[in-house]
Amino acid sequence: MFLHDIGIIPGPGDGGEAGRGRSQLTNLSRRGFVAGSGLFVLGVTLAGCSSYVEPEVDADTFDLPEAGPSPLTEVKGGDATPTLWIEIEKEGTVKITCHRSEMGQQVWTSMAQIVADELDANWDDIAIVQAEGHERYGDQNTDGSRSVRFNFHRLRVAGAAMKQMLIEAAALYWKLDASQCSASEGLVSNDQNSDTLSYGNLAELAGKLQIPAEGDITLKQPDEWKLINKEIPSLTIPKIVKGEGTFGIDVDRPGMVYAVVARPPQVFGRTGSVNDSGALEVPGVLQTVRLPDATPPAVFNALGGVAVVAEDTWAAIQGRNALDVTWRDGPNAAYDSESYGEELKATARRPGTVRRSRGDVSSALESAATQVEAEYYAPHLAHSPMEPPAATAEWDGDTLTCWACVQDPQSTRNTLAEVLGVDKENITVNATWLGGAFGRKSKPDFVIEAALIAREVGKPVKVTWTREDEIRHGFYHSVSAQYMEAGLDEEGNCSAYLHRTAFPPIASTFVPGLATPTDGEMGLGATDVPFAAPNLQVESRDAKGHLRIGWLRSVSNIYHAFAVQSFAAEMAHAAGRDQKDYLLELIGPDRQIDPGEEGATYGNYNASLEEYPIETARLKNVVNLAAEMADWGRDLPEGSGLGIAVHRSFLSYIATVVEVSVSDDGALTIPGIWLACDAGTVINPTHVRAQLEGGTIYGLSNALYGEITARNGAVVQDNFPSWRVMRMEEAPSAFEVQIVPSNAPPAGVGEPATPPAAPALANAIFNATGQRFRNLPIIGAQGSRLTLAQDDKA
Amino acid sequence: MAVTLTINGETKTVEAAPGTPLLWVLRDHLKMTGTKFGCGVAQCGACTVHIDGSPTRSCITPHDSLGDAEIKTIEGVDGNAADAIREAWIENQVPQCGYCQSGQIMSAAALLAENSNPSDKDIDDAMSGNLCRCATYMSIRRAIKDAASKV
Repeated sequence: MFLHDIGIIPGPGDGGEAGRGRSQLTNLSRRGFVAGSGLFVLGVTLAGCSSYVEPEVDADTFDLPEAGPSPLTEVKGGDATPTLWIEIEKEGTVKITCHRSEMGQQVWTSMAQIVADELDANWDDIAIVQAEGHERYGDQNTDGSRSVRFNFHRLRVAGAAMKQMLIEAAALYWKLDASQCSASEGLVSNDQNSDTLSYGNLAELAGKLQIPAEGDITLKQPDEWKLINKEIPSLTIPKIVKGEGTFGIDVDRPGMVYAVVARPPQVFGRTGSVNDSGALEVPGVLQTVRLPDATPPAVFNALGGVAVVAEDTWAAIQGRNALDVTWRDGPNAAYDSESYGEELKATARRPGTVRRSRGDVSSALESAATQVEAEYYAPHLAHSPMEPPAATAEWDGDTLTCWACVQDPQSTRNTLAEVLGVDKENITVNATWLGGAFGRKSKPDFVIEAALIAREVGKPVKVTWTREDEIRHGFYHSVSAQYMEAGLDEEGNCSAYLHRTAFPPIASTFVPGLATPTDGEMGLGATDVPFAAPNLQVESRDAKGHLRIGWLRSVSNIYHAFAVQSFAAEMAHAAGRDQKDYLLELIGPDRQIDPGEEGATYGNYNASLEEYPIETARLKNVVNLAAEMADWGRDLPEGSGLGIAVHRSFLSYIATVVEVSVSDDGALTIPGIWLACDAGTVINPTHVRAQLEGGTIYGLSNALYGEITARNGAVVQDNFPSWRVMRMEEAPSAFEVQIVPSNAPPAGVGEPATPPAAPALANAIFNATGQRFRNLPIIGAQGSRLTLAQDDKA
Repeated sequence: MAVTLTINGETKTVEAAPGTPLLWVLRDHLKMTGTKFGCGVAQCGACTVHIDGSPTRSCITPHDSLGDAEIKTIEGVDGNAADAIREAWIENQVPQCGYCQSGQIMSAAALLAENSNPSDKDIDDAMSGNLCRCATYMSIRRAIKDAASKV
């Protein structure tokens, strides 16, 4: 249906109607292609009267030398051997292996678009095979907004190589030179006479041919793309609307039992006495399993506790409620997030370790005409994908098979091998669909639990995390405190800029006691600051972690962009200048920035600065575009304001303008959001827009409500009433996205809309009310009288 | 205790402990996993089904409280409103991860069956109980209006 809508293939007349069957469409479209001329359109209308009947290609009749090894195992991005990614069945189905996890970013569709475009496959023939966790696929860790970036080139090469082999096979059959044949829409044509052979028919013969070397493969030019950079509908949505598709929580195995786990409230708390007699009396409960206590470092290990195994999930939950367990305190028993937050703020006020430096900030601050100073605080956050973690494990003698909603089936497999002491070759990890992830499902502790329990029970076991489990036992976004100081000259220009950040690092989850913010985290919005101030310094302070600290959608960019972009607006205010104009001046002249030249150890999202430079022109461009879209500077009613923020993360440039309206009684609404994004080459504009909307709302939801607190080492929040997230009526009425057309290498889109959302919101509230929020979350913050409109409904 | 339920027009007999919520009977006993678990306390809407046409949170609805009520799930919901919603969901590319969308579609289909021309406020009111962490809210609003224009 949609292929006609987007004009990829000639339509069979009226463009097609909804609900037409796939095979019919395939036949029609092929004939439509085969025809290629007005004369053959007649053949379409007189179905069956076509003069050309495709002969069957019998691969066994060709005596071919044995093909050598694949010359494509080490192209940019990894192995591009076409047979690793593509399998063409005789009847025509083109199976494309997706080694990244589908979690709503439409990676099935984008990976298939890349392969199928270069392959010139018929899009209606595409079927996706989800890869198991295996190193043969290279990196499978579906986080860091890099599925497209890491795989764009090699998947194009794989598709193009396969197409070339199909053309060669056809040429062999027709006894022509390959140059006399061409491929399109799943067919190879004989350019002499318009005869065609379908990919399915040619696949076996093509499979016997030598895989070409990269130098012998020609990739398409961007203007030749038929699928890449096109609004191709999602491959998953038709299933989703019927309730089909298997998420981790949906897996079913013969004889499977269901488990939930009672975990120690504190990280590294221990299980004391257990009385399970009440649990065992619950109808449907089968048994309990005591799990080993967790010891530092946390890594991805299970947290310990007691599993309740039952005939259904409800019985397991009831059984858990009836457990009588004494928990023993561990090393984090004293953790109180409120007093910790105050200490963290005090820490950030004191000089720290210099991580990037330009000029002489101390003397420039002293001699400045105006000093501006601010402190920012952002709390722990939980991920809360709508599907909580869930995993199914099955032991068959010595082998273990798992099905789980994991972002990285490979690290899951490696962790299982290590924790269980089982050879990796005996472990299979199947990634299901992920019902959201946001970084939580990169950490396979829940799969380890399933495997441990299944080994004890001797049956397939599905472990389901309840919402309470997900919120209380997460790998939390790090709490942070930041101190900012700026010096302005007589004209209000920034002459000195100091940013000091303090947060327990993610590395504390992997190395006991590690407290120094890593270069990786510092490079997420702190050391890569794009401001041109002649004197600039970025410092860090150590902070100890007491919860499992993990990465959450856009990671340290969240708190760094909040502080940096809020502070930019505070400087503008101190200078008596417009937020947007001042922001552009802070960024300064067009140039490329290398933080390494000023002492930073900067990773640039594991990309080279040559391929993905930090370009201030692109940053300023999106600022101007977003401002134009929002009609920045327009007259607004009393209590309304626009706020702007810009941030480069995951190699993409995004500026966001938020409009807020605050009523006399403090009710806040968001009438509109305008976002401009430069992400380089974009595979699917529809789905990129969805990620940009989603990433923004995720950031706004966290900024307004998000706060995980801990008392006596245990997380206080437990479910959506106490851990509030944005609902339908709180979402903006208008949300406009503009994607900058670009042939630059593809950058990330899943995460980079999140960082500018919070500061754009805080800057808008300031412009609407004069109230500056430096502590997150905004709703419920000290001194806040803002309540969202229709608050009572949530 | 055996309980007989009418689900998507079919009669199903299940043996689950008294008080077991319909959600887990659907998912674990009948293997109808289109209806999702999100919170267990009727705060997220992922488990929404229709009971005699009304959107209902199956996670807090005991399966043995339903008598001969007509239960519809995402796998079987039909009629003009549901068809229009499904089509609009595809047309507007609403779902991202899709996990909450069974519940979103059930709530939206019930709204449209009751009110063929919902205002923004009607949509917000009807959909307020359905959380989406991918934030498909703007697309949902657009799709419901689109569906309403075609019913």
